[in-house]
Amino acid sequence: MTSIRADELTLGYGRKTVVEGLTLDVPDGATTVIIGGNGSGKSTLLLALGRLLVPSRGRVLLAGADIQRSPTREIARRLALLPQQPRTPEAMTVRQLVALGRHPYQSWLAQWSQRDERMVERAMQRADVADLADRVVDTLSGGQRQRVWIALAVAQDTPLLLLDEPISFLDPAHQLDVLDLLRTLNRETRKTVVMVLHDLNLAARYGDHIIGMRDGRIVAEGTPETVMTADNVRAIFDLVCRIVPDPCVGTPMCVPVGRAL
Amino acid sequence: MGDMTIRLAGYSRRIAWRPWRLAGLSLLTCVVIALVSLACGRVWLPPGEWLAGLKRGEGAIWLIVTQLRLPRVVLAAEVGGALALSGWILQQVLRNPLASPDTLGLSGGASAAVVAYLALAAGQGGAWVRPVAAIAGALLVVASVYALALRGGRVTPYRLILIGVGMGALAGAVVTLMLIVGRAELASSAYVWLVGSVYGANRADAVTLGGLLALVLLFGVPLIRYALLAPLDDALAAGIGVSVPASRLALIGVASLLAGLAIAWGGAMAFVGLFAPHLARRWVAVSGSAQALAAVAIGASVVMSADLVGRTLFLPLDLPAGIFVAAVGAPFFIGLLIRETRTS
Ligand SMILES: Nc1ncnc2c1ncn2[C@@H]1O[C@H](COP(=O)(O)OP(=O)(O)O)[C@@H](O)[C@H]1O
Ligand SMILES: [Mg+2]
Repeated sequence: MTSIRADELTLGYGRKTVVEGLTLDVPDGATTVIIGGNGSGKSTLLLALGRLLVPSRGRVLLAGADIQRSPTREIARRLALLPQQPRTPEAMTVRQLVALGRHPYQSWLAQWSQRDERMVERAMQRADVADLADRVVDTLSGGQRQRVWIALAVAQDTPLLLLDEPISFLDPAHQLDVLDLLRTLNRETRKTVVMVLHDLNLAARYGDHIIGMRDGRIVAEGTPETVMTADNVRAIFDLVCRIVPDPCVGTPMCVPVGRAL
Repeated sequence: MGDMTIRLAGYSRRIAWRPWRLAGLSLLTCVVIALVSLACGRVWLPPGEWLAGLKRGEGAIWLIVTQLRLPRVVLAAEVGGALALSGWILQQVLRNPLASPDTLGLSGGASAAVVAYLALAAGQGGAWVRPVAAIAGALLVVASVYALALRGGRVTPYRLILIGVGMGALAGAVVTLMLIVGRAELASSAYVWLVGSVYGANRADAVTLGGLLALVLLFGVPLIRYALLAPLDDALAAGIGVSVPASRLALIGVASLLAGLAIAWGGAMAFVGLFAPHLARRWVAVSGSAQALAAVAIGASVVMSADLVGRTLFLPLDLPAGIFVAAVGAPFFIGLLIRETRTS
C-alpha cells in the first residue's frame, strides 16, 4: 500500500517556522479532511506531504521511504497534489491541461497512449469538464477551472490524492459533485484522499478522519464525531457553536453562535 | 474537432488539427517568400525559367540561383528561424512576453564577443572561432542577467528585462570600444554585420549553420515538451514529476545556442526574436509545438523578406536586412512595452 506518514516534521519558509514537530499517520484508503483557521499551516503541511516543501527537520515517509530521497517520477505516480490556487497557464486547452496528469507515465516517444487517452477522457467526464475539452483554460470561470484542476489530479491516476481547498470556488451543487466524485474514487478504488476544507459540515459529512490544526499543531484528530465537538471547534477556530446532528446523514453539524472572546 | 491520434509501435501523439493547420499555413507563406526571393534580384527570373535553369545544372541562371541567391535565402531563413525559436523558448520558459534574445542582452553579448574577436584577433584562428565567441558571449550575458535578477530564489519578469536591457547597453559600449581600438577597415564591415546582414553568403555558410542548428535541435526538440510545462505553477509541474529548475536551465541553454549561432552568421537582426514568437502566439492561440513551428516560419519569412527588400528596392545598393527588420521590430517592441505596463 502507499501509506503516508509524517515524522516529527518541522516546516517553514526561510527563517520563519510554521509547523514544528508534527507527527501524523494518514489512514490508508480513507478520506482525511484537514480543518483549521487561515494561516494555521494546512497548505504548508500538504505541500510537505506532496514533497514540494523540504522539511527543515523530520521526514515524510511514503510506503516507508523518505519522500525527499525518492525519484520525482516515482512519487508522481503515487501521489497527486492539487495546490490551493494554481496559476492558470494561458493558451492551453482543457484537454491539454488534463493530459499533463499523464506526464509521469509518458516518454518523449509515447505521449498519447490508449491508456492516456482513456484516463484523460474519463477524468474529464468525472470532473464534469468533458464539454469544455477544447476551450482555452483562461477563458473559463473560476469554478470551471477548479474542476479542470481536479480532472488533472484524477487523470494522474495515483493511489493517493492531496487536495488543497478543492471546492472553494465552486457553487454548492458542484461542491457536492466534487466531494461525491472523491468519495467514489475513495470507495471504488481504495484511493487515499487528504484534503483541506473550510466547510465544517461538509468536512464532517465526507471525512472519515478529521484533523484540526491551529498554529502549526494538530489540536484534535479522529472521527468526525470525536473531533466536531463544541470544545474542539472553539479550540481550533475561537468559534462558539452548537453541534446538532445533520438532518440528512446524521453526522455532526456545527451551527455558529459567535466568536469566542 | 477533427483531432488526430497517431499510434505507431511505441510512438504516440495527439495532433490537434487547428494549430497544425495554422502552422502549415505559415510554413507555406515561408516557402512562397523563398521562391519569390529566388526569382527576384538584379535580374528577374520567372519561376519557370529558373526551374529550367536548375534542371540544366549549368549556365548563368543556374549559377545565379544556386551560387548567389539560394545560399543567401537559406541563410536568411535559418537566421530568422533560429532567432524566433530562441525568443519563443525564452518567452515560454520565463513566462514573460517581453523576453527575447534582444531584451535579455543575449544578442548584445554575442555581438560584443564577435566584434571583440574581429578587433583583437583580426578574424584569425579559423572559421569556428566566430560562432564559438558568439555563443560564449550569449551564454555569459544570459547567466549574469539571470544571476543579477535572482532575488530570494525568485526572478520577476520586469527585473529580468531591466537588467537584460542594461547588460545589452553595456555590451553596446564594448562594441563601440572595440570598433575604436580595432583597425579602421574593420569598422565598416563590422557595422554591416552588427545590423544584421546575409550579404555575400555562400553555400558553405548555409550548410554549416544549417548543420549546427540541426544539431542543437536534436537536443532541443525533445525539450520543447518542457517549454510547454513552463507556464504552469512550479508546484504543479513538480507534482507531475517535472524538475522545473533543471528543465528551465536546459531550455535557456538551447535558446542561447540558437541565438548565438544565428548571430554569428547573420548579426543581431534586432527584435526578430521578440515579435516573431509574438505573432505566432496571436496566430496559433494554443501553445504547443505547432506554435513553435509557426514562430520559426514567421521569423524566417521576416528576415527573408527584409533581405529581399534590401537587395532589390534600392538598387544598386544592397542594404543589410537588419535595417528593415529593426524598422518593423522597434516600434513593435515599444507598443508591447506600453501594453504590458498598462496591464500590469
Ligand atoms: N511562501 C511563503 N513564504 C512565507 N510565508 C508563508 C508562505 N506561505 C505561507 N506562509 C506563512 O505560513 C503560515 C501558514 O500558511 P498556510 O500553510 O498557507 O496556512 P493555511 O493554508 O492554513 O491558511 C502563514 O503564516 C503564512 O503567512
Ligand atoms: Mg491554505
